[in-house]
Amino acid sequence: MQPIHLAWVDYTILIAYVAFVLGIGWVLARYMKTSSDFLTSARSIPTWVTGLAFMAANLGALELVGMAASGAKYGIAQVHFYWIGAIPAMVFLAVFMMPFYYGSKARSVPEYLKMRFNEPVRALNALSFAVMTVFASGISMDALARLLTNLLPWKLHTNILGMDFGSYDIYLWICSGVVLLYVLKGGLTSAIYTEVLQFFMIVLGFAPVVYLGLRDAGGWHSVKNSLQGVATNPSAFYLQPAGIHYAPDAWTSAWKPVLAGPTANPLGVDWFAVVFGLGFVLSFGYWCVNFLVVQRAMAAKNMTAARNTPLIAAVPKMLFPILVILPGMVAIALASMPSKDYRIPPPIVSQADYTKAVEVVKNANPADAAAVKAVGNALGEKVDTTKVTQLIAANAANKLSDVQIQEGLYNSIAENDYNSVILSLLKKYCPPGLLGLALTALLASFMSGMAGNVTAFNTIWTYDLYQAYLVRNKSDAHYFWMGKCITVVGIVLSIFCAYVSKQYNNAMDIIQLVFGFVNAPIFATMLLGMFWKRATGIGAFIGLFGGIAGSTVFHAFTTTVSNVDADGHVINHMKGGYLGVVSKFPSEMAQNFWLAIFAFTICFLATVFISLATRRTKTDEQLKGLVYSLTPKTVDHNLPIWQRPPVIGTVLMIACVILNIIFW
Amino acid sequence: MGLDIRWPIGMMFSLIGVLLLIEGAIGGDKELSLGININLIWGIVLLVFGVLMLLGAMRGRKTPPAA
Repeated sequence: MQPIHLAWVDYTILIAYVAFVLGIGWVLARYMKTSSDFLTSARSIPTWVTGLAFMAANLGALELVGMAASGAKYGIAQVHFYWIGAIPAMVFLAVFMMPFYYGSKARSVPEYLKMRFNEPVRALNALSFAVMTVFASGISMDALARLLTNLLPWKLHTNILGMDFGSYDIYLWICSGVVLLYVLKGGLTSAIYTEVLQFFMIVLGFAPVVYLGLRDAGGWHSVKNSLQGVATNPSAFYLQPAGIHYAPDAWTSAWKPVLAGPTANPLGVDWFAVVFGLGFVLSFGYWCVNFLVVQRAMAAKNMTAARNTPLIAAVPKMLFPILVILPGMVAIALASMPSKDYRIPPPIVSQADYTKAVEVVKNANPADAAAVKAVGNALGEKVDTTKVTQLIAANAANKLSDVQIQEGLYNSIAENDYNSVILSLLKKYCPPGLLGLALTALLASFMSGMAGNVTAFNTIWTYDLYQAYLVRNKSDAHYFWMGKCITVVGIVLSIFCAYVSKQYNNAMDIIQLVFGFVNAPIFATMLLGMFWKRATGIGAFIGLFGGIAGSTVFHAFTTTVSNVDADGHVINHMKGGYLGVVSKFPSEMAQNFWLAIFAFTICFLATVFISLATRRTKTDEQLKGLVYSLTPKTVDHNLPIWQRPPVIGTVLMIACVILNIIFW
Repeated sequence: MGLDIRWPIGMMFSLIGVLLLIEGAIGGDKELSLGININLIWGIVLLVFGVLMLLGAMRGRKTPPAA
């Protein structure tokens, strides 16, 4: 994608944002007196702030970019990640689980596990979580540095201590430096405040773009009509291989294509996998157990605030598809309208390759059948035969300029780079000014992704690994100091992970895989821990370990249909099946959902059986406040009815059902 | 905790609103945004949002903070 031209106003907005986040860090620094202030915000944040931060912590730029990409590639079915894959879990967390997290006074999810079960369970959860956050942070920063390198027109270069650094390195280190500064100064509170700032920037930065895109496409009904054409012939827009056709409503109906089976929807999933794999296991495993988000709810002022935090977050979460998925759908609709002169951007091809290909076109003979192949080879990409033939013929008829030929080549690459969709829309509709706001919003969410992960990491390290196992019984000042040190270490480790992620183009897929391995089983552990007093520590540990091990085994023996070549050999080992192929799934998403169901079931059953076979180590008295049946029910009678979590939760679920019905 | 978040949010969006307003008023580049002067309109919206946030923050300062 060609670099975007930025004006003074865009740079001003960007610099203003950086100044503000650093300023927030500086002002908050004077309130950071204890390790609790720094790492857990000492339970002092207003509810609306924790609510928005809860949602924004999860809202990385990878989601912004990824949801638009998926909206183009899969259509409205992507909303399942929100309306099935988030809202129910958030309501469950608020109404049923927050009382235990908040009431137990645990400072983190692993600490709760230690109180409920024992140290080994805590250690397993803390270690796996710590590794995941560092990787997630690194992947986020890698994506940011790549984005800036492709976007900004400067070619930076410097040489320090004999080592060469280019644009990518400079952007990576500067952005990481900014995050390090404001987190080091203001701790978790800094991260929370900037997450809320990021939330408003995204909503206010992207809303006009979505409006303009929708208006340009002729409104929602026009988009729906165009998407029917897309669904019946997706190969014309390079979405699927030739010969695949879906029902006309495949891009605009959330449930019907899913109910019709894996071959009837572009996601390649069946309804059971969507409801239980995504809707239950993956969704609850993330929203109810992932410390990155739960940490924000734990920072609330009191029990009611803590319970209402996920509910407040659920409201924008329900409406977010309009902001992030709809642009993707609009983009593919625009691409299908010939008068709009728009296509989903192709993968990036270097200028050198374009020049080579232009020469091939100029020297090609229109009657030569091999000419098209030569053009494709020069570009290094698959090309649309018809379009290239037309281009060669047009050039033979009236000598086209090099620029015109290159544009023709750009339009004839038969591959889509979906991750560029949102950027291409910004480029298409945003004048300087609005462009600066939208780009800064994107930048803000990448940096927030790093900040959120680092603040979760430093808490887990300091309390659940360092204080729990390495250095105990020191003064709070010591742990405060450790919290700061590990923040620096966390950022450095993230930068290292960013360089690792740079080597692979599918780092996001790897982290999703790891999430699946780790998140799915932990939810079973948490569920049994909170609602079944008979669950024992040994049972929980073996169950959790078994769940993680089970996931890796499942992954080693299954893969997707498209990942197996004609001889039955596995093409890409990252996608599974490297120890043999017992089962093949219609798509990677289907494989992920079923892996989650499998891991959850293993962990659940193992925990139940081993718990029944071992003696309880904790008495009912010790488990008070940690298990549902042993905790006095939270009393809400003193609150007005519209502030009671169960009531709000019910209203939200009803709204969610209505949304599902509207877009059925 | 010490800093009411409405201050930085209010200031930030008031500033961005003013910047977009200026750009919309003097630049008036409507070619990209379908003939609508989106900078001007959205600049006003953001400025209003920013000012509302600042008013909220100022009101918050007047009521004595709960312990």
